[in-house]
Amino acid sequence: MTLPLLEAHDLQLQFGSIRALDHVSMALWPGEVLAIVGESGSGKTTLLKVLSGSDKPDAGQVLYRDPELALHDVHAMGAPQLRALHRSDWGFVQQNPRDALRMGVSAGGNVGERLMAQGDRNYGNIRQVALDWLAQVEIDGRRIDDLPRTFSGGMLQRLQIARTLATHPRLVFMDEPTGGLDVSVQAKLLDLIRSLVSRLGLAVILVTHDIAVARLLAGRILVMRRGQVVETGLTDQVLDDPQHPYTQLLVSSVLQA
Amino acid sequence: MAYVAVKGGERAIDAAHDWLARTRRGETAVPEIKTDQIAEQLGRAVDRVMAEGSCYDRDLAALAIKQAQGDLIEAAFLLRAYRTTLPRFASSRPVETSAMLIHRRISAIYKDLPGGQVLGPTYDYTHRLLDFALAADADSAMVPAAVPSSTEADQSPPAVTPRVLDMLQAEGLMGAEPQSDAVPGDITREPMSFPAGRDIRLQALARGDEGFLLALGYSTQRGYGNSHPFVGELRMGDVSIEIEPPELGFAIDIGRITLTECEMVNQFGGSKTEPPQFTRGYGLCFGHGERKAMGMALVDRAMRAEELGEDADAPAQDIEFVLYHSDNIEATGFVEHLKLPHYVDFQSELETIRQIRRRAETKPDTGAGEPQ
Amino acid sequence: MNGYNFAYLDEPTKRMIRRAILKAVAIPGHQVPFGAREMPLPYGWGTGGIQVTAAILGADDVLKVIDQGADDTTNAVSIRRFFSHVAGVETTTRTRDATVIQTRHRIPETPLTGDQILVYQVPLPEPLAKLEPSRAETKQMHALADYGLMHVKLYEDIARFGHVTISYDYPVMVNGRYLMSPSPIPAFDTLKMNRMPALQLFGAGREKRIYAVPPYTTVRPLDFDDHPFSLTRAPHACALCGATNSYLDEVVTDDRGSRMFVCSDTDYCADRRGEMEGDAS
Repeated sequence: MTLPLLEAHDLQLQFGSIRALDHVSMALWPGEVLAIVGESGSGKTTLLKVLSGSDKPDAGQVLYRDPELALHDVHAMGAPQLRALHRSDWGFVQQNPRDALRMGVSAGGNVGERLMAQGDRNYGNIRQVALDWLAQVEIDGRRIDDLPRTFSGGMLQRLQIARTLATHPRLVFMDEPTGGLDVSVQAKLLDLIRSLVSRLGLAVILVTHDIAVARLLAGRILVMRRGQVVETGLTDQVLDDPQHPYTQLLVSSVLQA
Repeated sequence: MAYVAVKGGERAIDAAHDWLARTRRGETAVPEIKTDQIAEQLGRAVDRVMAEGSCYDRDLAALAIKQAQGDLIEAAFLLRAYRTTLPRFASSRPVETSAMLIHRRISAIYKDLPGGQVLGPTYDYTHRLLDFALAADADSAMVPAAVPSSTEADQSPPAVTPRVLDMLQAEGLMGAEPQSDAVPGDITREPMSFPAGRDIRLQALARGDEGFLLALGYSTQRGYGNSHPFVGELRMGDVSIEIEPPELGFAIDIGRITLTECEMVNQFGGSKTEPPQFTRGYGLCFGHGERKAMGMALVDRAMRAEELGEDADAPAQDIEFVLYHSDNIEATGFVEHLKLPHYVDFQSELETIRQIRRRAETKPDTGAGEPQ
Repeated sequence: MNGYNFAYLDEPTKRMIRRAILKAVAIPGHQVPFGAREMPLPYGWGTGGIQVTAAILGADDVLKVIDQGADDTTNAVSIRRFFSHVAGVETTTRTRDATVIQTRHRIPETPLTGDQILVYQVPLPEPLAKLEPSRAETKQMHALADYGLMHVKLYEDIARFGHVTISYDYPVMVNGRYLMSPSPIPAFDTLKMNRMPALQLFGAGREKRIYAVPPYTTVRPLDFDDHPFSLTRAPHACALCGATNSYLDEVVTDDRGSRMFVCSDTDYCADRRGEMEGDAS
């Protein structure tokens, strides 16, 4: 039986009088895509930050199981180990690609940075990997030396994905990856993410307010409201037959729209 | 060969120093300026050199101004280099500016207030017309005599002039500053590190370049980090400096210095749980330096943006940026050092650029050495 | 000099600087903050190097000061004079005779020995500064040995120009741990730092940092396996001594493009000419 890749136990986090995380537990298995859905203010982005180690919970634990099956307490490890994890086994796709990309560095340099941070010291190899990844995210290889500021919004997001995946992470956190894009560009990007995820067997934790995105990408779904997980299960099951009134409301509001 | 055998370094330096000395003196038919004349008649220059040189000594500042031909940054540098060799006898007790012997004191936020508005020696309402009488050897008899004002004639000046912001604070409208007996940091002894506390920030600003603080303060007014300032109070006058030698166990007065203090009242912070309060920007400098104290107060407040939960994206709000670039002795050194020979580095650049150009000429299609 | 302590700085200040130097030697390549004093020479003229030299100088030391490789450049003359004035130590222009060599922008051509200390004047100690201006951020990058960004810069150079275009102040890894600025020496000199028998000390006065490379420490320029570090020098022989392995200054001799190339290290050049004259006689 496979063991979870990432587990969270009884996470609690309070901002002033607001309970951002109220006894949240979850688990993610290798190769699985889990969507965290909810309205803004539901705690889904906070949960992503706590799971990925950038925000500390008041109580509770996040455990990561490495390829040798050793368990690591994400919030007990030192900053160097966490940073190493973030540039090897883990990846993070931000809503705004400008927050993740180096806008003054060429597309190839952006894709190559994680390889170099991991110690790759062969220029030819780095360049070849960058070209391969640009092809995988459908960016013309002739643009490898162009600066991202000459790219469209959809291209920027695809470049960020290439940059994140170049070192073959096992687990990728995605925060509203199609957030700021036009509907037609969104559809194309979702398609690309879906094919990459299944081809590479990635585990993904995806935060989205968009039920349609969750339905398209995620195998399992976790519905959050006011810092609590109100419902969780297989995506189709939860969305086709929501049990919690809040989930029912979320699903129906999408249908109406 | 003459180009290469440049062995004249020592002689050139000596000759340059001689020439500099002659230039400093100027036409010998004109009487040499005396340092007491500078101290008495170029008081604002002396004040600025003391503030940026962070050493309160009018005579030494006057000497530095004379030696530097009136180049005030150079003069501040001379004073600093002297100051750094001086032993530290003691730290003074905090100066009490409410006990200041007031020469000038204005508040922009009240029409009248305890202690009154004292206009003092200000250029504020002068008409900026060149006074040619000063160019003609004007006689000191032309200087108006001091006339006791009606208030002074009627009553002796108050021993304490309350600070305007203290009045607001007593009403709960002004955020209180934390009280502490901790020994403040000293950037002349310990290198700055970040996050930098307010003690360090204020020390750096008090020594900082007047022009830099003026420009940054100005930028906050024009939208780069606006904090809606009012001059709560600007005061200038003399305060006593007291030290408490450990062997005595009580404080003794070691003299008086002139200070300018500015407290700005800025827009309020507050949250759902805390009622809104005005916030303070603080400026203090040696001598009579209103522009400096006001710029400092604006920038001090701007640098509190993060602590007060505001966005910190303007230059004046970037603590590291402000503190690393406010010191004009450091700035002038690093800018002016570009005059020193750099021909070894430049030679490397020459060889590299020639190499790149050769490569580009032999392979005209690609600079990157890769098929496009 | 009357009124000032030996070598200008007071003894407690020298002790403070020596403590910083010891720490720097213990952590090769790591920038140690120190309470740099205001010196009577301007920032940018070598106040960091001067403070390091003042802190290590003893009465028996023999001091050599070079700027651009030469003993007779104005700033080298000025600093040498400062120390003869305030310390009264013996000074020399001969690399072999010096126990302490303060330098700006060059490493002498003559190999240094274990009995010598080389003091570098450093304008910007932070090798990452051009890529990341915040010192709070670069401090974090050093702590985590997070140097991918520096390699990105080299990658970008190769992608754009075909090779790395950093020609001086070439970033190096010290002892396999810390990324370090070697100060603005030409890339030509970089490899001289590797496993050098002499102690190398670096002083940055305005930025208030001291760092060190202890004797026989590994110093490696950053590069790629398939684009190894290469050094450039003008492809000429010295017009005075004929050296083909020394770093050369290019001297413009008229306004019609004539130029000559001569050794930047004046002592090395003079020494070789002395030898050649000796051979001839």
